[in-house]
Amino acid sequence: MKSEKSRYIMPDAEDVKQEILQKYPAKVAKKRAKSMVVNDPEAGQEIQANVRTIPGIITQRGCTYAGCKGVVLGPTRDIINLVHGPIGCSFYAWLTRRNQTKPPTEQSENFMTYCFSTDMQDSNIVFGGELKLKEAIREAYAIFKPKAIGVFSTCPVGLIGDDVHAVSKEMQEELGIKIFGFSCEGYKGVSQSAGHHIANNQIFKHLVGLDDEVKGGKFRINLLGEYNIGGDAFELERIFDEVGISLVSTFSGNSSIDQFTNAHTADLSAVMCHRSINYIAEMLEKKYGVPWIKVNFIGAEATAKSLRKIADYFGDTELTAKVEAVIAKEMPEVNAIKDVVKKRSEGKIAMMFVGGSRAHHYQELFNEIGMSTVSAGYEFAHRDDYEGRHVLPGIKVDADSRNIEELEVQKEDEKYRADLVAKKTKLSESGYRFSDYDGMMPEMKKGSLVIDDISHWETEKLIEYYKPDIFCAGIKEKYVVQKHGIPLKQLHSYDYGGPYAGFKGAINFYKDIDMQLNSKVWKMIKAPWENEPELVGSVAYAEY
Amino acid sequence: MLLRHTTSEIKDRTALTVNPAKTCQPVGAMYAALGFHGCLPHSHGSQGCCSYHRTALTRHYKEPVMAATSSFTEGSAVFGGQANLVQAVETIFAIYEPDIIAVHTTCLSETIGDDVNQILQKARDEDKVPKGKYVMHASTPSYVGSHVTGYANMVKGFASYFPVSTGKKLNQINIISGWIEPSDMREIKRIVSSMGIKFVMFPDTSDVLDNPMTGKFVMYPKGGTTIPEMLSTGDSKFTIGLGHWATTDAAVALDNKCKVRFEVGDLPIGLRATDRFIKLLSKFGTASVPESVNDDRGRLIDVISDMHQYLYGKRVALFGDPDQLIPMTEFLLDLDMKPVYIVSGTPGNDFSSRMEKLLANLPEAKYKNGANADMFLLHQWIKQEPVDLIIGNTYGKYIARDEKIPFLRFGFPILDRIGHSYFPSVGYTGALRLVEKMLSLIMDKQDMECPEEKVELVM
Repeated sequence: MKSEKSRYIMPDAEDVKQEILQKYPAKVAKKRAKSMVVNDPEAGQEIQANVRTIPGIITQRGCTYAGCKGVVLGPTRDIINLVHGPIGCSFYAWLTRRNQTKPPTEQSENFMTYCFSTDMQDSNIVFGGELKLKEAIREAYAIFKPKAIGVFSTCPVGLIGDDVHAVSKEMQEELGIKIFGFSCEGYKGVSQSAGHHIANNQIFKHLVGLDDEVKGGKFRINLLGEYNIGGDAFELERIFDEVGISLVSTFSGNSSIDQFTNAHTADLSAVMCHRSINYIAEMLEKKYGVPWIKVNFIGAEATAKSLRKIADYFGDTELTAKVEAVIAKEMPEVNAIKDVVKKRSEGKIAMMFVGGSRAHHYQELFNEIGMSTVSAGYEFAHRDDYEGRHVLPGIKVDADSRNIEELEVQKEDEKYRADLVAKKTKLSESGYRFSDYDGMMPEMKKGSLVIDDISHWETEKLIEYYKPDIFCAGIKEKYVVQKHGIPLKQLHSYDYGGPYAGFKGAINFYKDIDMQLNSKVWKMIKAPWENEPELVGSVAYAEY
Repeated sequence: MLLRHTTSEIKDRTALTVNPAKTCQPVGAMYAALGFHGCLPHSHGSQGCCSYHRTALTRHYKEPVMAATSSFTEGSAVFGGQANLVQAVETIFAIYEPDIIAVHTTCLSETIGDDVNQILQKARDEDKVPKGKYVMHASTPSYVGSHVTGYANMVKGFASYFPVSTGKKLNQINIISGWIEPSDMREIKRIVSSMGIKFVMFPDTSDVLDNPMTGKFVMYPKGGTTIPEMLSTGDSKFTIGLGHWATTDAAVALDNKCKVRFEVGDLPIGLRATDRFIKLLSKFGTASVPESVNDDRGRLIDVISDMHQYLYGKRVALFGDPDQLIPMTEFLLDLDMKPVYIVSGTPGNDFSSRMEKLLANLPEAKYKNGANADMFLLHQWIKQEPVDLIIGNTYGKYIARDEKIPFLRFGFPILDRIGHSYFPSVGYTGALRLVEKMLSLIMDKQDMECPEEKVELVM
């Protein structure tokens, strides 16, 4: 099957798009057409994103609660995340995202293996759930003595009018620990994305800025939008450690809330997943003057580039030398494995439909082993993640986004880092780029097909037309695609492997893709007799 | 330690659930609906519900789990979900062409009071439902009962919607399947067929969630109870429900609608529950018990007698759903094991009365179901006095590792091992598999941990 790829003729993306739309009812087709763009990186095209999913279309998307509790707050170990709602919401977010964590000692707090819920019953829906929530907070405190509790609202909570913020405030006063709420009801917004924003707001409002102590380290940064799936953060921590960069905070892989409270003391914020965390990056800059840059540690080349970019910011010869030394030390092993894998993967094609940054970042890794991405899209990103941040001023705020709070952040004079602002001004003049992200589309080839919030039908048609060698998405898509005899790489959970970030991560990824592409199983799907009907009854036994 | 904050000191809880031994209704409704041929489950609520339920089921089965959602926004939460559901029905039939859309509700659509019956009627009136196709629904509020309740409600929905009584009885019985695996459903069908009984079983997820790899994805796999079969259940001579929690409501609904008498028994897990199932089949299917069934039973008894010494007196903690836990507890007792701690998040008073009877001769046994009956409590009991074996879903792994206790995966969800969808745990053959698994776990531990001079070659 793979050897035929040399004769493979890429379908015309416009034809595929029209073929997909044909099946849709007229109104659906009209709407979906705007979310499907045949890419031309020079043309500055607009894609429709962050809009409502059409009911019934079979989407990959989840809800605001998932983005808030599951994604952003999930990886922080030393806070009790109490879900106020029926049992399911808390149950499904229980250990299901592979955010690894490493408490510093055996005694350190780690509540990530626990699932906390008020398990709302019909009586709570009818008479209100605030009393039960208060009691649950008291019980959680009595048993676990945490230093902080986050309270997460689920759909019915918003509808019956339970005020999680008032309850949290009251209980904070009663118990003397940090308690704050999140209005992350599942129906808000149009996807997980709204939940990221809500999580960013509340973390910033309630935690960031509480601890002013400037802790050790000469080059002090925050790593934003890194969630330690499969140990990604561990690999990045290793690299930073080697080059001598100190992580003040990570939002939020392998994190503790103490790091969040101290984040404003960093000298730079480096943003990985722009979609889920850019709000905190922006607010840190606005309030405290800490500038941010976009980085990408998915891909060995991308990792080297991002390390150099951080080193350039600090402009310290020693740091630069260390960064170069580490890159020089790591790359031979990376290249050795890459060269072996590339022999088998070169020229193969991939597709990825996932997340709000991964569908972009992982193209780098595939490029490194000679594979091209012919179609890609995000599950919950916005236009700026596709087209670049320059489109931000022009994005119309619709009703679904308007009801997600935009925090009013003011400059805090006492803690404001005028020195960093001056540094930023100076570096900007020499062409160093801050607060910027070009998005996915400028980096994708002309003629590739970009699809936002892909539906099941669209997935099926892409497979039929492109016959990709590998498809990247999530667990819901995994076995659908694999029934076609095409491997699917999960880019949310990494198929329980990883890490994929940094240098060692790149090596893991090359090997895992090689394993998936070249697994013998894909060649054994057809039984030997299926293509040989003459086999049946072909032997005539002689009569004895 | 993974669960480092769990201690043996039990403090009263009335409001806080920690590490639940249940989840919410809609996932059960989704699973049940997948057991009908050509059916697409539809979740009337926020997108997250559908996404989470598909994810949980996909991880449990490692198979495609297709379902759609009404994709509520804040606007629909305020103004009602009618527009979303009508649009969903139109979109689904246009693109995905199922025979049936099985709608289940969520806490969101229940709290705002959407009248799904009326909305679906509107969809029919507006010709959004093509001729010969069906939309039906079950009310599955997440804040009542558990995932088992959702399963029961969806099965009841089918039992209320489809059966027709033509007045002419058929020589067939209905088997309403409780929440068991595709492998279990396949085994039940094998047993009933081996007795020469004609039957319709619903739901039936075999050949839906254990599908072969063919190189082609099929949206509606070949399995599942068909519409003609469902229509015919109204003319069946009798209904046997398997599992009180999961099937009683459906059996009652079918009786009310079509006058089909019924009896609900335990899931045939273990020896005596299977004995009772065979007796039920024999009685209401008017069939004698064939030699093959006696042989299956005999093999199970033979193995138990061979290996009894390794199981005798072993203390077991188990968690899961009442329909499973009751016959499993009975089976453990039959093996002379000691099921000392049992929790289920699923409410229902029958749980206590059944357990009380079963455990009358085991005074140290503790059991609890419903509110605050969770895995945290179970773990605290284990901390107070340890057990030799834990039986439950994948989440038990964390307790098992911390306490170094052998762990048998059994129930829903199993996210980290395969087998449950392919190898049954019902019937005598299933019981044999359970015994084999328990023995392997207990004996492996002995092999690995006993003093060197005590390692046995022959066991």
